[in-house]
Amino acid sequence: MTPLRVSIAAAIASLLLLLVLSLWRGGLNTIAGWFGISGYPPAILFAVGILFILLVLLHYSTVISRLSDQSTILAQRLALLEERFREERDQHRSA
Amino acid sequence: MTEVLEAPKVDAERLRALRRVAIVPAYNEDASIAGVVGELLAYDPGLRVVVVDDGSADRTAELARAAGAKVISLPFNLGIGGAVQTGFRYAWEQGFDVAVRADGDGQHDPAELDAILRPVLADEADVAVGSRFIGGDGYRSSRSRRAGIRLLAWIVSALTRQRITDPTSGFQAANRLGIRLFAADYPHDYPEAEATVMVFKHRLRLQEVPVKMRARESGRSSITAVRSVYYMVKVVLAIFVALFRRKAVPLD
Repeated sequence: MTPLRVSIAAAIASLLLLLVLSLWRGGLNTIAGWFGISGYPPAILFAVGILFILLVLLHYSTVISRLSDQSTILAQRLALLEERFREERDQHRSA
Repeated sequence: MTEVLEAPKVDAERLRALRRVAIVPAYNEDASIAGVVGELLAYDPGLRVVVVDDGSADRTAELARAAGAKVISLPFNLGIGGAVQTGFRYAWEQGFDVAVRADGDGQHDPAELDAILRPVLADEADVAVGSRFIGGDGYRSSRSRRAGIRLLAWIVSALTRQRITDPTSGFQAANRLGIRLFAADYPHDYPEAEATVMVFKHRLRLQEVPVKMRARESGRSSITAVRSVYYMVKVVLAIFVALFRRKAVPLD
């Protein structure tokens, strides 16, 4: 899967999770209980949302660093090819 | 008492037999680049001087070419590490035996090239680095920078189990093995300290030699006061990451 599809799939999955927890109040209360949240159980929805956003950011930072490494290599190859091209053109002209 | 050492002579015969290249990364250095290229060519007319123009907006490329250098122009600014690596890739692809790296701002005096070439030509080291802080005199940077450099030197020395005095020096010479390593993998920004650790991890031989450096002729250091904090954090982190990284895939 491309990075974009990975993040779309993850977004849909987490939205469904948030939706299910919002509708199914009993489940929400139980899960909030596991984490010791008694005052306001829907706080768990925010926790899940924030966790998801952090994961997305981490994912994007790995994607961006891979892309930037790749663009560095492309820039270097392009510059080296241009130099070779210039050299051969000059040789051709002087010949 | 101070000891006066005779400058070690490079075996001229052996040097002429080798294909040698000088890599000069330059970003907006049009005030000094022609002088640097001229000096390098005057030092050794058989040296191929390659200026890697790192996306300069000024006339760096044009002036370097006019001064007799081969110019490789990057399409956009990659930062010092990417520019230096481009030079090493060129050196590797074109089959050069020895590569030296000198900065485009005139801090590195070509008269000192003998000193950094000697261990490489004598096959005592794969990478030789010119250090401002072993003996010698000349320009040594400001007090706060020296403190930072000393801290880095301490970390790098401990990790490589070898005394390193100037881990930020970009005045270097490399043989074929060193060229291959740096062509395959070179750190991004502020690369020197990390590269030193890399050389150690790949079990290449690194030697420091005393050199004199000059204050830059023009332009300003890329490392300002605020950036120096970022510099230290980044470099220290990068050094430790470099220790755990898997080794670079060698070029064939």
